[in-house]
Amino acid sequence: MPTFVYMTRCDGCGQCVDICPSDIMHMDSVVRRAYNIEPNMCWECYSCVKACPHNAIDVRGYADFAPLGHSVRVQRDEEKGVIAWRIIFRNGEKDMTLLAPITTKPWGQAIPQLADESEPSQEMRDSQHLFNEPKYIRLDDGGLHTLESNGLKLKAGVYY
Amino acid sequence: MAYKTIIEDGIDILVAGAGLGGTGAAFESRYWGKDKKIVVAEKANIDRSGAVAQGLYAINCYMGTRFGENNPEDHVRYARIDLMGMVREDLLFDMARHVDSTVHQFEEWGLPLMRNPKTGAYQREGRWQIMIHGESYKPIVAEAAKKSADKVFNRVCLTHLLMDESKPNRVAGAVGFNVRTGNYHVFKSKAVIVAAGGASNIYKPRSVGEGAGRVWYAPWSSGSAYGLLIGAGAKMTQMENRIVLARFKDGYGPVGAYFLHLKTYTQNCNGEEYESNWWPQLQEMVGKEYLDPEASSLTHRPIPTCLRNHALINEVNAGRGPIHMITMEAFQDPHLEEIGWHNFLGMTVGQAVLWAATDVDPKNENPELTTSEPYVMGSHATGCGAWCSGPEDISPPEYFWGYNRMTTVEGLFGAGDAAGGTPHAFSSGSFTEGRLAAKAACKYIDDGKAEGIRISDEQIEQRRAEIYKPMEHYRVYRNEITAGSVNPNYINPRQGLDRLQKLMDEYCGGVTVSYMTNDKLLHIGLKKMKVLEEDLEKIAAENIHELLRAWELKHRHLTSEAVMQHTLFRKETRWPGYYYRGDAMKVDDQNWHVLTVSRRDPETGEYTMEKAPCYHLVEA
Ligand SMILES: Cc1cc2nc3c(=O)[nH]c(=O)nc-3n(C[C@H](O)[C@H](O)[C@H](O)COP(=O)(O)OP(=O)(O)OC[C@H]3O[C@@H](n4cnc5c(N)ncnc54)[C@H](O)[C@@H]3O)c2cc1C
Ligand code: SF4
Ligand code: SF4
Repeated sequence: MPTFVYMTRCDGCGQCVDICPSDIMHMDSVVRRAYNIEPNMCWECYSCVKACPHNAIDVRGYADFAPLGHSVRVQRDEEKGVIAWRIIFRNGEKDMTLLAPITTKPWGQAIPQLADESEPSQEMRDSQHLFNEPKYIRLDDGGLHTLESNGLKLKAGVYY
Repeated sequence: MAYKTIIEDGIDILVAGAGLGGTGAAFESRYWGKDKKIVVAEKANIDRSGAVAQGLYAINCYMGTRFGENNPEDHVRYARIDLMGMVREDLLFDMARHVDSTVHQFEEWGLPLMRNPKTGAYQREGRWQIMIHGESYKPIVAEAAKKSADKVFNRVCLTHLLMDESKPNRVAGAVGFNVRTGNYHVFKSKAVIVAAGGASNIYKPRSVGEGAGRVWYAPWSSGSAYGLLIGAGAKMTQMENRIVLARFKDGYGPVGAYFLHLKTYTQNCNGEEYESNWWPQLQEMVGKEYLDPEASSLTHRPIPTCLRNHALINEVNAGRGPIHMITMEAFQDPHLEEIGWHNFLGMTVGQAVLWAATDVDPKNENPELTTSEPYVMGSHATGCGAWCSGPEDISPPEYFWGYNRMTTVEGLFGAGDAAGGTPHAFSSGSFTEGRLAAKAACKYIDDGKAEGIRISDEQIEQRRAEIYKPMEHYRVYRNEITAGSVNPNYINPRQGLDRLQKLMDEYCGGVTVSYMTNDKLLHIGLKKMKVLEEDLEKIAAENIHELLRAWELKHRHLTSEAVMQHTLFRKETRWPGYYYRGDAMKVDDQNWHVLTVSRRDPETGEYTMEKAPCYHLVEA
């Protein structure tokens, strides 16, 4: 563990292998199903759990401190832009469902293609501004903060 | 071995590591370098990689000048007091004056930021933190980077930087291997922006066995930001400034939102407030300048995080543990209870798993807190990293050599955990630093500074042999024994990591020695570190995945050695609660109000240490 794969649900699609940041979801060459090859390098980050189209991956808390019998399940829906969690305690007394948004805009549309922006002027290049600044800092006409604009002076503090 | 060599030539900007710093760098590079070839190399999948893979529930660095909340200099003051004076104020001011534009873009891109219904401003968690629904934070910024880059190489672990052979001390790209195909990748590039993340797992973690992956900073944070830079001979700063975090026990769930937004607080085992008991004694050690509880309560000047750790550690050592987080009051409010849970589901699911598994419902039971093992990173509340140039309009001459965020190696830039002396950047600040480095890297190229770069085939071949050596070593020696992992000629990456962690823990102030070390211990530690280096030459990798672990370990080793060298150099306890020098407990401002700078000679492995001036740009 901590992640493991239910044999009957996995179809070997490889999406978990593709996403795991720790490179530990691998395909078993005999049964052609995914499994966690290195549980002690798993962060329980749930990236693979969220990516699996068949809900085949589950997590069992770390054996060194977590008793058996609990469950934290998740469904992430990109189209609806929401994520739903269900947490069931070991003693069965608490069973919670929690819902949260994951994005406010449809994927792939809101981020500007910077190659299509007009070429920055030499003045911009010589300034301290980044893309869309200074407007994007205050969203008004205020300029970039400098030591001068903020009434600050270099104060030497070298003590050897 | 039949691995192919794949050469990507003519790159202008190579982004090494695509977490928050790297995605910022890739995005902004396209604006200033429309004509430039921008390539990203990432050891995992850019959509879910780095410290933010799980998501985050807060953006920890936002000024809010738009809402009249804070100015950049306020943030400098805050970061400076938190690190007891030792920061690069030029870099901090620069990051802080740009960070709001980054956050405003995130909102436009679809990251759900919570708003305060009364004021219309972003919902604050604390003075610097704003609350978000950040489960998809990383996929959103990854999309921005993918739109800007010419190519993104996923699953390529970079091992070394390439150096120019026509001009000493100039970078010329990087090499690594694909952890799936095993192919050797060569990136010839005019400039490189390193954003390959800080180091977890260099100290023995509190969790054992299967749980070893349950650390606070991600287990895949292999200190590559430092390993790559140190290996190339870049100067490093503040590497002794490791961080210890007070976190929920075992789950490592962050406590920020709990303290700041849910207004929870801590008590010892007797249900008493304990922190203030430790202040008088501690004040003698650090001086009133850094610990003035009265001034803190009047002016909201924070008590440095490390000093609060000190109180927790000492209270536990005095036999009055465990320390509890008092959640039972706040969690009676169903809205706050929901926020409390969402906070973890959005960034540290393991904490929710732990509570469910152990039937700890924070509504009915106050959970335990503890201090973590130390971590080495430069973007959270600590400032480890490369000694970088600052911006031209702010930096004093000692801090300025032409290009913002450029290290002491020409054409080599750092962002996020890689940039030293810039704590409290967090996710938004790391992305901003990536943007700043990108603009400067474009300028560096446009100024003609990268002309005439030469990389010989020998350099490329030599690195190739070096990279695959652990597999070769395994092939040669594995048949000398029947089976199993015990071999007289090699150790495997896990065995090497265990040794490194034990060494760092016992000799360089880890958790089992209560974060304590001294001159003698450090000298022994450094000696053992050198012997480990020799053994790392004999490390064996059974397959490509183990080869990845082998190189991660080598980067962790380089990082650790730097931490030891810096800790030895600075003869004082600058940050009680992060670590102690038992032989020099007192903060010694007279002799030590300076920044530490090191350089490891790439040829000999010898260290040179120096002091660098600490300038205060901003009045207290
Ligand atoms: C549990 C937790 C909670 C946090 N909470 C908050 C919060 O609430 N708010 C906030 O603002 N910040 C928070 N942070 C901090 C924030 O996540 C970091 O400051 C930030 O992500 C650092 O950015 P970076 O680019 O330096 O590193 P990372 O984002 O870690 O990126 C490093 C990248 O480099 C890649 N890489 C590593 N080695 C190599 C190699 N050899 N070759 C190629 N690629 C490589 C990695 O795969 C990764 O993608 C939190 C961090 C953690 C772990
Ligand atoms: S939980 Fe995260 S680290 Fe663990 S296997 Fe899944 S993706 Fe990998
Ligand atoms: S994503 Fe799910 S179905 Fe696909 S290989 Fe992984 S566990 Fe199997």
